[in-house]
Amino acid sequence: MKVLASGASLFHWIHPDDFRDWVRIHKSREPGEKLMTEHEAVSCFVEDGDYVAYDFSSLTRGPQALVREIIRQHKRNLWICAEFTLHETTLLVGAGCADRIDVGFLGYGNYIGRAVVEGRVQVFEWTNGALAFRMLAGARGVPFMPTRSLLGTDTFLRSGAKVVEDPFTGDSVCLVPALNPDVFLVHVHQADVYGNARIFGTNLFALEGAMAAKKVIVSAEEIIDSLEFRKDPAKTTIPHFLVSAVVHLPFGAYPGGVPGRYELDLEHIQRLNAIETEEHVQGYLEPFVYNVRDHAEFMQQEVGSNRLADVTRRALIKEGYQ
Amino acid sequence: MNSDFGFTDTEFMICLAARLLEDRKTVFVGWGIPQVVALLAERLYTPHLIQVFEFGAIGPRSLTPFVRGTMGGASNVYRSLQWTTMNWAFSYAATGYLDYGMIGALQVDPYGNVNSTLLGGTYERPQRRFPGSGGGNEVASLCWKTIVVLKHEPRRFVERLDFMTSPGYLTGPGAREGAGLPRRTGPFRVVTSQALFGFEEESKRMILLGALGGRSVHQVIDGMGFEPIITQKVEMLDPPTPEELAILREEIDPARIIIGRPSG
Repeated sequence: MKVLASGASLFHWIHPDDFRDWVRIHKSREPGEKLMTEHEAVSCFVEDGDYVAYDFSSLTRGPQALVREIIRQHKRNLWICAEFTLHETTLLVGAGCADRIDVGFLGYGNYIGRAVVEGRVQVFEWTNGALAFRMLAGARGVPFMPTRSLLGTDTFLRSGAKVVEDPFTGDSVCLVPALNPDVFLVHVHQADVYGNARIFGTNLFALEGAMAAKKVIVSAEEIIDSLEFRKDPAKTTIPHFLVSAVVHLPFGAYPGGVPGRYELDLEHIQRLNAIETEEHVQGYLEPFVYNVRDHAEFMQQEVGSNRLADVTRRALIKEGYQ
Repeated sequence: MNSDFGFTDTEFMICLAARLLEDRKTVFVGWGIPQVVALLAERLYTPHLIQVFEFGAIGPRSLTPFVRGTMGGASNVYRSLQWTTMNWAFSYAATGYLDYGMIGALQVDPYGNVNSTLLGGTYERPQRRFPGSGGGNEVASLCWKTIVVLKHEPRRFVERLDFMTSPGYLTGPGAREGAGLPRRTGPFRVVTSQALFGFEEESKRMILLGALGGRSVHQVIDGMGFEPIITQKVEMLDPPTPEELAILREEIDPARIIIGRPSG
């Protein structure tokens, strides 16, 4: 296959056989209990320098409690897959946890844009679609995925994609390299202690991410009995043998919402939107991340039961979410 | 600039874009203003329009008021035809099922190429950095007809983009096909706060089709950083109707977060 053009960017990639070897050795097929605290899950399964991806968005079913735990544990040199995201990159870069970002959608507000301008974080240009196709390739065990996007643009030139002559049509086609993250975080509606998990509603690439990643942390609104999965298997989003850890984190997507369970907390989100300077970001992280022991303490001390009752009450739409 | 006339620039753009969509067709809806356009179109003009969102919601009957920022919230995806994932949402575009795509832009050039990534400086050290493609590159690459919505300002209409995030007609006739993009696709209309543009068939360059009533062609071109081709008979575009404004202000965005408030 003739390579016609190559994007200039570095990208996270491992050979499909090396990923298969990892799966063979490290991803246990035995349904062992994996329920643990977020402190245990993040300290066991997130290492400095890891490539971290997640599902879905900052405001909808994002793994916000796990992201805050990563910050609390001062992980360093993370490479973040910023797909369909708003605030995580601001917090992770502001806390000194992340220094590389695959874009997708870089995020909201002036802080993260300025971090790029000042060179405090390195960005690699992709698109939401390209990152999703990369994850699909990673989940299919193939080295790349063809797509008819990126072509002809500066986005392509600043990505790690290649344009080749398609051996079937003879036309130009774009190839994006497989993405096998070190860590995939996903917050779900329901899980059991072994890691079987259910999401209700849409997702970006929950199954692909869990298949493609070396280490998978599932946080769940609710822990349910394993038999429930076998009674209604079509509802299983992720089977247990993909998963490394399960954490029970009610309101784990806060200040975002979980469809059918609770709505986003716009007032708290405004604080995130307003972050522009170092002082702002530290002013957010200190009370809401560093000065609380864990998610439960954050919920009790800083958010409070009235607010949680309010976001729960506002989730009036239940259709499709049970 | 329109606010002296009782409506905002954003309201005009939204109304103009909503009038372009066809009923019983599909549209890939980008983040922000395109979401509001699709809502207005569905309420007033195209009740059977199938809206497609990159995060996997297909054909929702979104509830109002519109919640800014979130795309995947329960009210945005209410009573969809299908809930799926991002790979399948973009696959609908890649296989030709999506008639329209609608995206915003920081800058646009005469061929309808779009920048939503950065302004000034170099790639490594831009003067200002913005979110980037999101799903915009896929929308502009794969939908049959792309509609670009942006404010009418000279710094936004430039001969040469600071960064080409998403493809228009690239360098002109035949360039999209040469690059490997699907044939017969490309930018269809550019909607601004003052005017409506299309693309001339032979040159694939932007052509002025209409100007908001009260604006001269000269005024419209003065507000741009390049000179478009001008159609023989420039249409006079109607301002937002009372009905459009009522739905926008009372149903869709009562807090006026997206649409703003006219001064005076």
